[in-house]
Amino acid sequence: MRTFSILAFLVAALVASAAAGILVGAVAIGPGDVLAALFGSNGVNGTIIRELRLPRVLGAALVGGSLATAGALLQGLLRNPLADPFVTGTSAGATLAAVAAIALGATAPIVPLAAFAGALVAVTIVWRLAQLGGSTTVLTVLLAGVVLTSFVGAVVTFVLVSSDRLALRLRAVLGWLQGGVSVISWDELAVATIIVAAGLGFALVLAHRLDAYAFGEETAATLGVDPDRTTTAVLGATALLSGAAVALAGLVGFVGLVIPHALRFAIGATHRRLIPASFLAGAAALVLADVGARVVLSPAELPVGAITGLVGAPFFLGLLVRSRRVVV
Amino acid sequence: MTTLHAQAVTAGYGARVVLHACTLQIARGEVVAIVGPNGAGKSTLLRALAGLLRPSSGSVELDGVDIATLARRDLAQRIAVVPQIFDTLFPFTVREVVALGRTARLGRFGGASREDAAAVERAIVDLDLADLASRRIDRLSGGERQRAVLAMALAQETDVLLLDEPTVHLDPSHQVGMLRLIRELACARGLAVAAVLHDLNLAASMATRLAVMAGGRVVCDAAPETVISAELIRDVFGPGLAVSRHDGRPVVLPVP
Repeated sequence: MRTFSILAFLVAALVASAAAGILVGAVAIGPGDVLAALFGSNGVNGTIIRELRLPRVLGAALVGGSLATAGALLQGLLRNPLADPFVTGTSAGATLAAVAAIALGATAPIVPLAAFAGALVAVTIVWRLAQLGGSTTVLTVLLAGVVLTSFVGAVVTFVLVSSDRLALRLRAVLGWLQGGVSVISWDELAVATIIVAAGLGFALVLAHRLDAYAFGEETAATLGVDPDRTTTAVLGATALLSGAAVALAGLVGFVGLVIPHALRFAIGATHRRLIPASFLAGAAALVLADVGARVVLSPAELPVGAITGLVGAPFFLGLLVRSRRVVV
Repeated sequence: MTTLHAQAVTAGYGARVVLHACTLQIARGEVVAIVGPNGAGKSTLLRALAGLLRPSSGSVELDGVDIATLARRDLAQRIAVVPQIFDTLFPFTVREVVALGRTARLGRFGGASREDAAAVERAIVDLDLADLASRRIDRLSGGERQRAVLAMALAQETDVLLLDEPTVHLDPSHQVGMLRLIRELACARGLAVAAVLHDLNLAASMATRLAVMAGGRVVCDAAPETVISAELIRDVFGPGLAVSRHDGRPVVLPVP
């Protein structure tokens, strides 16, 4: 019952923030005109709503939902509340592959697939390193993330400078890299929706097996979970979700970390509840953060990644201090 | 008659061989305590018995079937393991932890049957956890958490129960209480139990058999009264221990 009310509340929050995302913008459009524009009236309002605001809201929802779900999966697998696609370097791996694909001339369907491949390589490296860790796993994972992220930063800079194709659109590419959802096309959305649906589907099917990882991979095995297959599947779902998010919005930090962690205390640690709740809450949170990104310095816009970083980084530090006391 | 039988198992980690042709048999209704000095291979033998470590030669058989041929899901319906790690940073409730014991019997999408729910409630009652069932596991004391994890293994409803130092976080009276409970369960339900234990006296008072390990094999496997002798203790554990008698039973004491 409690679970149901929380999920219902999250759906309502998502609908409300989406409405805010469509109503708020540099050009003031009244609610009546917004409704008319949504259902096909032509003119400037129609273009603004249908081609700019709606894809932006849907994009932000997909990115936030994917990152929060990927964060829940990674935290469950690594038994570590300090993991998400951003801090583990998974998003960085996806970024590198996406930038390389764009430099080589790839477009809509190829870029997210490249991002998925990059995320898969990065998250697999992180998992292998965590396996070596023992009791210092929390720190190993974070260090792996730092190393991957700075390595990728260097390579991305190299690619940006050396590629004529990217140099022409440097401003747009940099805006995307810093976590922007401002220029998302319907084509990109369609591809991302398919990838996110697949990732979320896997995540929901894997949820009860992930619970068995509560006391480690070996105990998951004695409880009847095939650890190799399940781990591979969880890493794959994480990569699908992180790859789609990066292809849409570049590096958006901390959503994947904060949302599942906060939700665990409201809805419990069981992944069958945590995963759908994370998707809904992540979607609502990022749509709202994007509204903030448009309003704070209006009429100028911030990349949404700047907002999540402002809110998420202090939260992360607080968590790190607490977990140092508990774990290490 | 369920038996778990390690036959001439040689196993280790990479190039380091820990078990050398190690043999041990556990039958229903027995509580076998695996004892021995540090590095003798006790935990490694338990991991081999659980199917977590594959022997490089020899085999572990459950009722004559090599467990290496069984799927994880099938194995988890026959053998339960109480892990040594039982701390988690996540706020699972005690009931949710106990329910993890049913993982191997859930539907494809994790649906629990009425039977699953009943097994969870039984395990909660058996371990006197009813008052704690809705509490968060990360907020319990070490002893309460240990009981919750034992309940998780009982909810698996297996014939074989393997425990790796189940008393390591408990004070002496809770150690006795925990082992007495395990022994009662073994007798009442006809479980085959093997437990790695450090405390020789605790092992001798609670186990039906002691398997003494040294150098990666079982060097002595008999009733506690037979095993605990001054000679064997000196041979296996080295000097510094003496054997005395208390209430007609042999007791191991440190020699100052």
